[in-house]
Amino acid sequence: MSATTIDHSPSHAAGEHGHHDNYLVAKKGISSWIWTVDHKRLGIMYLAAVILFFIVGGLAAIAVRTELMNPTKDIMDADAYNRMFTLHGAVMVFLVIIPSIPASLGNFVLPLMLGAKDVAFPKLNLASFWVYVLGAAFFIATLVTGGVDTGWTFYTPYSIKTSSSATIALLGAFILGFSSIFTGINFLVTIHKMRAPGLTWDRLPLFVWALYATALMQVLATPVLAITLGLLVLERTIHIGIFDPVYGGDPVLFQHFFWFYSHPAVYIMIVPGFGMISELITVHSRKGIFGYKPIAISSVAIAFIGFLVWGHHLFVSSQSALAGSIFSFLTFAVAVPTAIKVFSWIATLYKGSIQYTTPMVYALSFLFLFSIGGLTGLFLGSLSVDVHLTDTYFVIAHFHYVMMGGTIIAFIGGVHHWWHKFTGKNYNEKIGVIAAIIIFVGFNVTFFTQFIFGSQGMPRRYWSYLEQYHTGHMISTYGSYLLAVGLFLALFNLLASLRNKGVAPERWRGVSLEWETATPPIEHNFESIPVVTAGPYDFPEVRAARTGNGH
Amino acid sequence: MSSATNAHDDAHGQAHHKFHQHHFLTMAQQASSAKFGMWLFLGQEVLFFSGLFMAYFVFRALYPETWLHSAEYLSKTMGGINTVVLLYSSLTMALAVRSAQLSDKKGLIINLIQTIVCAFIFMVVKYFEYSAKFDHGFLPGALYHGHEFIPGRPELFFTVYFTMTGLHGIHVVAGIGVLFWILKRAIRGDFDSTYYIPVENVGLYWHLVDLVWIFLFPLLYLVR
Repeated sequence: MSATTIDHSPSHAAGEHGHHDNYLVAKKGISSWIWTVDHKRLGIMYLAAVILFFIVGGLAAIAVRTELMNPTKDIMDADAYNRMFTLHGAVMVFLVIIPSIPASLGNFVLPLMLGAKDVAFPKLNLASFWVYVLGAAFFIATLVTGGVDTGWTFYTPYSIKTSSSATIALLGAFILGFSSIFTGINFLVTIHKMRAPGLTWDRLPLFVWALYATALMQVLATPVLAITLGLLVLERTIHIGIFDPVYGGDPVLFQHFFWFYSHPAVYIMIVPGFGMISELITVHSRKGIFGYKPIAISSVAIAFIGFLVWGHHLFVSSQSALAGSIFSFLTFAVAVPTAIKVFSWIATLYKGSIQYTTPMVYALSFLFLFSIGGLTGLFLGSLSVDVHLTDTYFVIAHFHYVMMGGTIIAFIGGVHHWWHKFTGKNYNEKIGVIAAIIIFVGFNVTFFTQFIFGSQGMPRRYWSYLEQYHTGHMISTYGSYLLAVGLFLALFNLLASLRNKGVAPERWRGVSLEWETATPPIEHNFESIPVVTAGPYDFPEVRAARTGNGH
Repeated sequence: MSSATNAHDDAHGQAHHKFHQHHFLTMAQQASSAKFGMWLFLGQEVLFFSGLFMAYFVFRALYPETWLHSAEYLSKTMGGINTVVLLYSSLTMALAVRSAQLSDKKGLIINLIQTIVCAFIFMVVKYFEYSAKFDHGFLPGALYHGHEFIPGRPELFFTVYFTMTGLHGIHVVAGIGVLFWILKRAIRGDFDSTYYIPVENVGLYWHLVDLVWIFLFPLLYLVR
């Protein structure tokens, strides 16, 4: 039936009473949540926090889009608009997308997938969550102290001069970086040291490989952001001059430092989404993954190349033409491992028993949206084309197709995929699929329009615009409303399922280890240590077909 | 990072180590996880400093004459004393780890105390160095008001000097903190040949702090 057999480990004879309750009820009271070191509870707490901040960032986005409905003032003046889009960007990047898949889904599922009782450092995991909350508190504090108007990139020299509460936001991002580093260290050690017997590297689920590549980047890139933001805080408070030309400093150096982190951060955001899609496509088409090793290695390859392409954010920032050409070439190189993944997923679907479940609809949306996002990245990676497209809505549309159409869609798909494992409840499939389709349509109406008027020259971050872009902005704004309706419908559908009594029957299952434990899992994950004897996608159907019974 | 006590493993019948954490199968797995985690943390630390090293090289390339002349106002004597002090503390730290491995409680405590004393000496020397810089107005960026003529952008040299040595100093202070924690546990008798990974990890951290200084000293003090 399954790819694993259960073996009783000698150190766990009978007699561990009270250890068999599921993790949600095993300990009671609010402080059992606040101080929990259980990776599953921390995953759920991260999930709740990420969804909360997704709503905050999403409402800011709706406010921005509403203001852009007409070229004149609709609901806020230009200063408020600047603060609003900064809030949207900073919250979405630092509080939502970066922790979304690794810290919430990954925290919950990773030790289960490895057959471990917990992550390697449970207390560090707890610290990581509360450091995240502290960083988030700094971000929220900027709302009360007047907001930040620099954009989420904090470019110098404006970010040195602006009188708004940028220092608080910088400290917030600095603190959040450490939360991310802690998670990264924890995951790397867990994957190296905590695998169950028989779980070799080539039997790891691809989600684990993706988390591995992500954690590597989190550990190696985030400290550079931390020191950069730290220097900017000193620049703003005591004017150390490092980014300030008045004292001989170099504002472009900030861009180099910032993107040395923030470009790998783009892959910190998208690579977990890749891992998620590998799980969704296989489980919901009942087919072994096509090209396991290329997909696994390409995650690590993306992580590696991702460190070498930061200069493509500086094509028009006084970078030399030679450097620009090299960065352009390296940027194109990223397309290779990425394309390997996309083609492998499509090949996996070929002749699979595709089931149009809610997670699968999200996975198919991902394939469509991410492909557009990835291909338009090549336009921006081309030097000459980029000169025209820099700082237009084309860029906005491009990274929303990757970040939202890629990561967020994969994240929502993953939440639906494992919802039953997390909670033991089943949401309404019909409403789930309808919400996914509304999100898909709303997303494309919002952002595909932006490709069009962006390529016509509409600059990003402008409060007002020429009349020729009016229709496009109106369509985009209506699309964002539709997108919001779809997202709320999906959320209400999930939350509504929590009112059901008891544990609902399972609607799908894979053969990786997270499906082997109880639903919801018991506090210590497994009754006894599992022993792995087969790969993560050896579904019964696959094995039947392999032995000839399937024909 | 991973070495607090855990009271879960009492009633299993098997001889569990006092510091064996419940979610690890064996002490060996626990020790190798802790050590690997420490190495990753050190890798993170190297990249944390890397931004400042990058800034050093960028501005040194932009203002080579500033670097040449500003470095003359740093005290090679005090920097040299601190280098020797830190190198010696690395030796005592290494000996502390060895003492722990040999279950030599007395040797462990003596070596840890020596390491802590060295760390304090380093910070005291640093205090006198910083005071001298403050007196002469050799301060970062806008705060700079030195009267001696230094060509180019001396304020940037002192920005780099203070941020690099400052961040390093913060790491020394943090090191004093964890060394005291280890000393307290050593006096309590937590460490012996079966369990010494926290001593080893703090040692790794201390060697990194030392190593960073080994780069800072020639880069900042010995330019000419």
